[in-house]
Amino acid sequence: MSMDADFAALLPEMIVLAGAITALLAGSFLPRTRQGLTRLIALTALAGGAVSAGAGLSGTARTVFEGSFALDTPTAVARLVICSATLLVICLGGDELGGTPRESETYALMLLSALGAMVLAGTDDLLILAVAYLLASIPLYALIGMGRSPGAAEAALKTYLLGAFLGIALLLGATILYALAGASAYDQLRAGLVDVPSGAVAAGLLGVLAGIAFKAGAVPGHFWVPDAAQGAGVAVAAFLTTVPKIGALVAAYRLLTTIPATVDAALLIAVLAAASMTIGNFAAFSQTDVRRLLGWSTVSQAGYLLVPVAVVGTGALALPSLLFYLAAYAVSNLGAFAVVAATGHDELGRYRGLARRSPWLAGVLVVCLLSLVGTPPTVVFVGKLTTFTAGWDGGFAWLVVVAALNTAASLFYYLRWLAPVFRPAECDQDAPGPGPAPRRWPATVALVAGGVVLVGGVGAGAAWPALEGALAGL
Amino acid sequence: MLSLVVFLPLAAALVLAALPRIPDAAARWAWVAVTAVEAVLVTALWAAFEPPGDGGVAFEEQVAWIPTVGSSYHVGVDGLSLPLLALTAVVFLACAVYAVREQDRPRPQAALFLFLQTSCLGVFAAQDLILFFLFFDLSIVGMYFVIAGWGHDNAASSALKFFLYTFLGSLALLLGFIGLYLASEPRTFDMVELAAAAPLDGSPLAGGLVLGAILLGLAIKTPTFPFHTWLPPAHTDAPAIGSAVLAGILLKLGTYGFVRIAMPMLPEAWRDWAWVIIVVGIVSVLYGALVALAQTDLKRMIAYTSVNHMGYVVLAVGAAGVAGGTDAQARQVAVTGALTQMVSHGLITAALFLLAGVLRGRAGTYHMGSFGGIAAVAPKFSVLFAVGAFASLGLPGFSGFIAEFQIFAGAIGTVPWTALALPGILVTAALFLLATQRLLTGPVRGKAFDVTDLRAPELLSIGPLLLLSLLIGIFPRPLLDLVEPAAAAVVELVGR
Repeated sequence: MSMDADFAALLPEMIVLAGAITALLAGSFLPRTRQGLTRLIALTALAGGAVSAGAGLSGTARTVFEGSFALDTPTAVARLVICSATLLVICLGGDELGGTPRESETYALMLLSALGAMVLAGTDDLLILAVAYLLASIPLYALIGMGRSPGAAEAALKTYLLGAFLGIALLLGATILYALAGASAYDQLRAGLVDVPSGAVAAGLLGVLAGIAFKAGAVPGHFWVPDAAQGAGVAVAAFLTTVPKIGALVAAYRLLTTIPATVDAALLIAVLAAASMTIGNFAAFSQTDVRRLLGWSTVSQAGYLLVPVAVVGTGALALPSLLFYLAAYAVSNLGAFAVVAATGHDELGRYRGLARRSPWLAGVLVVCLLSLVGTPPTVVFVGKLTTFTAGWDGGFAWLVVVAALNTAASLFYYLRWLAPVFRPAECDQDAPGPGPAPRRWPATVALVAGGVVLVGGVGAGAAWPALEGALAGL
Repeated sequence: MLSLVVFLPLAAALVLAALPRIPDAAARWAWVAVTAVEAVLVTALWAAFEPPGDGGVAFEEQVAWIPTVGSSYHVGVDGLSLPLLALTAVVFLACAVYAVREQDRPRPQAALFLFLQTSCLGVFAAQDLILFFLFFDLSIVGMYFVIAGWGHDNAASSALKFFLYTFLGSLALLLGFIGLYLASEPRTFDMVELAAAAPLDGSPLAGGLVLGAILLGLAIKTPTFPFHTWLPPAHTDAPAIGSAVLAGILLKLGTYGFVRIAMPMLPEAWRDWAWVIIVVGIVSVLYGALVALAQTDLKRMIAYTSVNHMGYVVLAVGAAGVAGGTDAQARQVAVTGALTQMVSHGLITAALFLLAGVLRGRAGTYHMGSFGGIAAVAPKFSVLFAVGAFASLGLPGFSGFIAEFQIFAGAIGTVPWTALALPGILVTAALFLLATQRLLTGPVRGKAFDVTDLRAPELLSIGPLLLLSLLIGIFPRPLLDLVEPAAAAVVELVGR
């Protein structure tokens, strides 16, 4: 037991946890409206987590704590992306959250939820998966409800009910798998599930996947995403559409490696992927609230992200493309939310004339939305290209065709947002002017994200060999 | 050198976009200057061009880009792409000159067109499928903003339709590219290697499906019947220079894809499906001509003649794939004609769209019934319009004649029933004569009173385009010397 109780291996998690606790404690000693210090604490913790996670990229793959936590490239990449994304979220919310009465609690909850996502990504054990699920979910309910608007209350309740229900499904599935294999660790599941009835394995898998789908915002656990994205604050919305997904999809990948060939898990994932992208896209078509639109768009993005999960193990391209797409999606999505936060507008119509008022923000919006579509030379294009290739190579050509059709369809609603941006603002309207100047913090985040989206797309060639080299050490 | 040619406009576009302080006049003249430099550079490329041996490309540059999937930044030119690079430089120069008095946001417009120029040049120079796709998609994005930003009437919905439709096509293309990649051994997106390997020969089902995806993508872009429905609204609502680039260059991306990608990389599938391609070509020719005949809107009419003219190209490349019992000579003539037609159509249609733009600029409408007797009030406009119309209908002495003559000589020599498309020429002649008669002759009436004659920038942009068409019509040798070996290579590749 003590042999691999290697706490140093969990340094990024430790740092983030310490950051959360420190922020919470510091917050309780600071005046309600002057909690700027806690932001500094949170940012420092996340930066520390990201740096230590980045250092872990070069290590060889191993497991710690009796095989319950994997230290490999997927974990390292997920930690890095989760920490960086949460960092960007907190910067993005600088103006929105700064000076509010619940500032320190918000940061602490975000860090805890991010910690849950990190554990979700790294765990190799069903029981820890369940714990990570709760750790990632419970702070999220509070974060969503923090807005204290009727919409936020409704969204929090909806998220809570769905999260509780699918959490039970996850526990039920974990129980079934445990009963079948006699163990909860993945390497023992791998051996133990081979000779048991495939129907029972499928039932257990379905339960666990339902919980993971809730976190990933994929069908069938997607109902909360658009409501929460619309009802919660902008920073929280950016957080909940980005960070939990990263942990959940890596968790799905790990889970799938345990399922024996007697169960066609790949087909199940492929069907969920197709359903996610299609439902997400069709629901996004008619939205007039940009946050709700982005909420549905993330449901469809979860569908694309499930494509490499479905074919994991069939080709060398699947895993790196999943990780790359996750990072690419995170930065593009955060860029779009940063523009929302910077302008402060939720309705599509208010974006009219943005190109005149703030050309840089308009440029970032174009880059990030086209990245979400998957237009070259943005980062998501590289992710989509490799994902499509991996999917087809893994025998799911039909899924790739569905994904391509969905990509074309998704262009429609992203353009509904982009089109007004470049139209001249209506002068004769009795609207109270173009609104306030863009907020500084989110505008900076938007520019950074837009830059990363472009540079990452053009320079993808530099990132890939590094990613592949790290994965080769698995 | 080639990368400089491709990226110089982009660099200029970034400068123009990033510096809002640049005065409008400076932006307009900078645009003209950069496109002029581009034209000089491409001329220099042409002068220095040595035909590369056996499937290779000249001015080659290759840098690893995404090595994992065998994709690299690989550019080069050969006899297929050099004429189209030159065409791109010429048409964009003409647009820059035409717009030198533009009042509506000239700085962003110049930046956008320079960006578009890079994407078009990039498509023609790309020797890697992913690079091709990248520039292909960027050209769509650029054109969307041109139509949405500077168009008129229903510009927003036309631009949306254009974007959605052609983006769908580009995704079909991407699927086809992935299919080619997965079939290749070792796996690569490199166009030169794929053309040499023809990886899907011997698997007719997979080859057919991949070709189907690529053809769908290219057919939407070209556009051929029945995928042309995005074209007329896009043209009608686009600004004049947008239409000129759209018809003159962007449509060629589709037909260029046929000879650059579909034919050399999927020869067996191409031969199997050649008859479908021929039928689509014939239908496009006839349908485009007949629908154009029925139009009362000048711009829609020219747009439909584009469907007709691109139909000839499709017909010719289809005929080139029909194997067995026919001589390679005829097929080669057909492909040469197709390539010539691309250049010729680019020059003539760009000129016609710019002329249509003059009409709208003066009188605010494209409706042909609103005009009459323009010859009396605007003689220069009338001369150029008549020249453009005659060039477009394929009058001997213009480039269109050289192109269409070769297309029919080659195609009928290979597949006699392609003669079914011949009435298309007749209908086109009729509709252009009719349009010329309606607009130019008779007593001056209606909005024709508003039509003042061409100004210097208009004359200097439209005139050279038509002059070039005339030059090619009279001295086709320099162009044919470049195109013929490339056509022979394509025919040989598709016939193996």
